[in-house]
Amino acid sequence: MKTAHSSRGRFGRSAAVIGTGIALSIGLAACAPAAGGGAETGNADDIAAALEEKSEITVWAWAPAVEEIAASFEKEYPNVTVNVVNAGTGNDQYIKLQNAIKAGSGAPDVAQIEYYALPQFGLSDALVDLSDFGFDALEDKYTASTWGSVTLDGGVYALPQDSGPMALFYNKTVFDKWGIAVPTTWDEYIAAAQQLHAADPNAYITNDTGDAGFTTSMIWQAGGQPYTTTAQTNVTVDLQDEGSRKFADTWSQLTENDLVSPISSWSDEWYRGLADGTIATLAIGAWMPGNLTSGVPDAAGDWRVAKLPSYDGTPVNAENGGGGDAILKQSKNKLVAAGFLQYMNEGEGTQISLAAGGFPSTVSDLESDEFLNAEDPYFGGQKVNELLASSIEDVVPGWSYLPFQVYSNSIFNDTVGQSYAEKSDLNTGLQSWQDATVQYGNEQGFTVNK
Amino acid sequence: MTTTTTDAGTAAPQTPRRAPRDSRYTRKNMHLGMHKKKSVLLTVIMALFVIYSLLPLFWLLVSSTKTQTELLSSFGLWFSGPFALFDNIAATLTYDDGVFVRWFLNTLLYVVVGAGGATFLAALGGYGLAKFNFPGKKAVFAVVIGAVAIPGTALAVPTFLMFSQMGLTNTPWAIILPSLISPFGLYLIWTYALDAVPTEVLEAARMDGAGEFRTFFTISLKLLAPGLVTVLLFTVVATWNNYFLPLIMLSEPTWYPLTVGLNQWNAQATTVGGDPIYNLVITGSLLTIIPIIVAFLFLQRFWQSGLAAGSVKA
Repeated sequence: MKTAHSSRGRFGRSAAVIGTGIALSIGLAACAPAAGGGAETGNADDIAAALEEKSEITVWAWAPAVEEIAASFEKEYPNVTVNVVNAGTGNDQYIKLQNAIKAGSGAPDVAQIEYYALPQFGLSDALVDLSDFGFDALEDKYTASTWGSVTLDGGVYALPQDSGPMALFYNKTVFDKWGIAVPTTWDEYIAAAQQLHAADPNAYITNDTGDAGFTTSMIWQAGGQPYTTTAQTNVTVDLQDEGSRKFADTWSQLTENDLVSPISSWSDEWYRGLADGTIATLAIGAWMPGNLTSGVPDAAGDWRVAKLPSYDGTPVNAENGGGGDAILKQSKNKLVAAGFLQYMNEGEGTQISLAAGGFPSTVSDLESDEFLNAEDPYFGGQKVNELLASSIEDVVPGWSYLPFQVYSNSIFNDTVGQSYAEKSDLNTGLQSWQDATVQYGNEQGFTVNK
Repeated sequence: MTTTTTDAGTAAPQTPRRAPRDSRYTRKNMHLGMHKKKSVLLTVIMALFVIYSLLPLFWLLVSSTKTQTELLSSFGLWFSGPFALFDNIAATLTYDDGVFVRWFLNTLLYVVVGAGGATFLAALGGYGLAKFNFPGKKAVFAVVIGAVAIPGTALAVPTFLMFSQMGLTNTPWAIILPSLISPFGLYLIWTYALDAVPTEVLEAARMDGAGEFRTFFTISLKLLAPGLVTVLLFTVVATWNNYFLPLIMLSEPTWYPLTVGLNQWNAQATTVGGDPIYNLVITGSLLTIIPIIVAFLFLQRFWQSGLAAGSVKA
């Protein structure tokens, strides 16, 4: 359930700048006023008791499965009413959430928040530490990388809903046509890009016009750790660390030489390119199969999945997209919210998400034979889940996002995007992205690179 | 997608044409002038502008006749595959329990109450400022001019925080109340009224014993009609295209206007488990622009009619 990582590049960029920019400073300084009424903490028995009483909660989520999960939850707990509201996808919802937090009212009880955006809300005291409900004991239920994404500064601020270990989705028909081998290293990938584009000038190995989510994931895979946050507000940004440079040096060879298609992800042209073979691969999160199946039905049978290429051939991976759900401090019904959250992301709800095409973050699902052995007809009968699940253990540990990543990603196109447009070294773009990010962070009251 | 880029920027009123009060005197001359010197260069430039403006509309029209699959696999600027326009329209109107119709009615509500109210308030205020003298008039003038310069987008977040305290967010009032204020419209009516409503007429009315309100509603309002239509057009377009304010104010999709709703449909393609419904987004966009085009064509007639002509010495 996540929006695919790149959506915020395309939708309402100016909105992000205005909305979250203004809001964040207050979020940091003042924090949301504590809402009265209802127990603030409790154990499993307290939650169970609360679910038997008449109550109503509001959930902000854009993932289509949540409606269904809520309906099934209401059936099981008839006294609870769950209002599922699609308050916007990704960025649009974060703007509203941040504004509601700033205003001190109007926020939902539960909200869907992607991993990259979680520090913004978690570290600004807007979310409930789920340890209050004993949810810290659920750690073993989830993959290490998703649990790492919801654990901030020693607290647990969301339950993971899905995950997005990266993989290389490639159009086998195109690869076979030109006799291209599936690359296992990025050098081979670049060679494949040259071979393909030389063979068919309309075809490109992939599309990329600059996408913050993709770039951060690729830096993650290259071993970079550009963002560190300590004591909530002490932030370091280094987009020229070894991993960041490794990625930029490699990827620049594609962007500087016209080897990537100048089409933005999630546009209608993008879907078209995926369908007609002119965009031959995607390095993207494990949630992509569902989107290919529903968005590019014409290419059924063409696509396959392989492990993400790495720098030296040994599998190394990163997460791309994915998110969890959190409880807001403004909630007046935290016990019920906690009950729903657990039902949705740990209990029966996970099966509904899974059926709707989400890639699980729960270990039991990732290890179930039914899941692993499923043969996907869209991918020519390939056991896609098996490959994707096996790549989770390759995810590099220790990654974290900025507490103002939403804003930072929104200015990606103004900075790194320039390097894409000029077909120049991406390192230059990363440097100016860093400068603008640092400046913004300091203006918002963080201590960045000081 | 052309529809998704609807931003606060496009909601701002277009740059004003010449002030309407000039039109009465200059239209005839300009008309003659155009006939006198036919410029090939100007004609070519205008033709290019026409193509430039109509091409996106043409794309929209062509695209709305395609199925979702055909949309992604055919050339954008020509028809292809089965003619699916009516299927698309039916699907647009019924998708997700007919939420599009709900958004359409919401937009209509915001436009009728918001833009209509804004025009009425602008007429009252502009007329009052033009025809009555009172202390502090210059200060009001400065405030109005200053307000014209502030983009509505900049006020959205502060307005949200204020409305949040008043408990108005997530209600239609959150869209309607800010739409009622049109400093530009007020300014336009003001300058228009200075000229279009002769003070002699007002004095005559007063002499005959008409009250100020009666004078306003029975005489001045009619004289102001061309100006009112201009303001109405601006406010209707601004309200119809309003994107950022409802995006900020509303979290319940049931109160969304078309702009925000269509964008939500568009975003659906980027969600796991969400079907891309670009064909519905495009057809929805087409349906969305039809009323505004009709409004323009219809109101243009009034706009040009110059009702005030001859009122002084009739």
